[in-house]
Amino acid sequence: MTAEEIREEVLDILENIAPDEDLTNMDDSVNFREQLELDSMDFLDIVMELRKRHRIQIPEDDYLNLASMDSTVTYLTPILKDVEKAK
Amino acid sequence: MYDTIIIGAGMSGLAAGIRLAYYDQRVCILERHTTIGGLNSFYRLRGRDYDVGLHALTNFTPKGTKKGPLARLLRQLKIPWDELQISPQLGSEVVFPGVRLRFDNDIDLLRSEIASEFPEQAENFDRLIEAIVEYDDLDQSHQEISARERVAEFINEPLLLEMLFCPLMFYGSAREHDMDWGQFSIMFRSIFLEGLGRPHAGVRLILKQLVRKFRGLGGELKLRAGVKKIVVENGQTTGVILENGEYLAGRRVLSSAGWHETMRLCDDGQPVTPRSSGRLTFCETIASLDIEPQELGHRSTITFFNDSDTFHWTVPSEPCDVRSGVICSPNNFDYAADSEKIGGTMRITALANFDYWQGLDEDTYRLEKLRWYDFITESAVRFVPDYRNRVLDTDMFTPTTIVRFTGHDSGAIYGAPEKQLDGRTHLPNLFVCGTDQGFVGIIGSILSGISMANQHCLRDY
Repeated sequence: MTAEEIREEVLDILENIAPDEDLTNMDDSVNFREQLELDSMDFLDIVMELRKRHRIQIPEDDYLNLASMDSTVTYLTPILKDVEKAK
Repeated sequence: MYDTIIIGAGMSGLAAGIRLAYYDQRVCILERHTTIGGLNSFYRLRGRDYDVGLHALTNFTPKGTKKGPLARLLRQLKIPWDELQISPQLGSEVVFPGVRLRFDNDIDLLRSEIASEFPEQAENFDRLIEAIVEYDDLDQSHQEISARERVAEFINEPLLLEMLFCPLMFYGSAREHDMDWGQFSIMFRSIFLEGLGRPHAGVRLILKQLVRKFRGLGGELKLRAGVKKIVVENGQTTGVILENGEYLAGRRVLSSAGWHETMRLCDDGQPVTPRSSGRLTFCETIASLDIEPQELGHRSTITFFNDSDTFHWTVPSEPCDVRSGVICSPNNFDYAADSEKIGGTMRITALANFDYWQGLDEDTYRLEKLRWYDFITESAVRFVPDYRNRVLDTDMFTPTTIVRFTGHDSGAIYGAPEKQLDGRTHLPNLFVCGTDQGFVGIIGSILSGISMANQHCLRDY
């Protein structure tokens, strides 16, 4: 997946986690926590969704990398580079 | 081989099951009873629907609210707000001799009631609210201090103090006479700062949604499947043996059977950790009326009453303690205008003595139920309009009914006074959830199931 595809995938996951949230004006540099009021349970869901969809394991020490859209895409790009985007 | 075996198809077990099945685990929920729900259940009798457990959901926040337990659990279970169709209460009250404090889902009503009944306590009450808002429920260091002592630092009018404790204890104190400050703060927020609501169809709607969701994700639910033993080999559990002798293998077990009850099921001969079990239990009368309570002039959703200046939260020496109680009318919620009419209903809950009810033979039990139905109702109509000549049908449950539905020792509604907050046991792959783990009430139990599934059953799977 390209960085742009990963961004779309993460947006899709966030939509799934917070269905009532309007994500169209998301600022990629701002923390999800502040922007969407996500809590630790929601962050676990991001990790679990990535595992469910792409069979990737994210160690607990790396959760910090999932703070904002920018940092998440940067972190996931090398991990998902050989993974095909799901149709 | 199951990834997780869950004991009990109550609110916590079902919620945990949904979380695990959603992430593709093989999950089986085992329920001893013929029906789901545990403490919160429903039945049909002589053509009428009855709810057990649910009076009202606490933690009511309107659609679109991002914070708070209700929003959190809907997100975690991926249930849209509209599916539960929760309507807010019309308004409730705490009534003691000579004083009536009304409250609704806006704290300003309770604030102004206190300002007019106890003018010199108004500022103290505001300071108490500030302390409760500041209380951090993740920091457990102040959790166990006495709520009575802590609240008395703010409120120095004993009657008001009793009136604040009465509803919070009735809706969630497993401990007699006092509450933990942590539990008090959580209950205060969930009842006074958030609020009360109810789905029009009652508890059956919530349970049916949970089961549909769980099964839709591939989860298995077995009814009439009581667990006889949790099998322990080499210091961990390998699965369970059912009462019919069947063995189910599991990589881990999550039990909502209660702390003591779960320990007793383990076949490793380990002594049960000494811990007092809960003793607080209830009788509840239910009356179906030929009229809506509002037509009798009763608009209150929940009325908490007590007939003296001191509120006693302890196991009564009598079969039931009729000095205090909770009167709930499921009609008195702000349902959508086009919703179907609910038959007029009045439910009254009072503290009861488990040993007394447990010790009766069948005939005496039936007679005593009738006798105490009358005593409880007679006590309650001192505080609400007398509805006794409008009754079409009645039912009543006692502590022994609760044992039959929940399997919890002594019919303990809110479980053991001492909680196992981290959900861990002496075995590395056996965990507890539900009332003995942490939070109580419907929202609390669902959150308990979710958080124990998240913490113990998802990460390393």
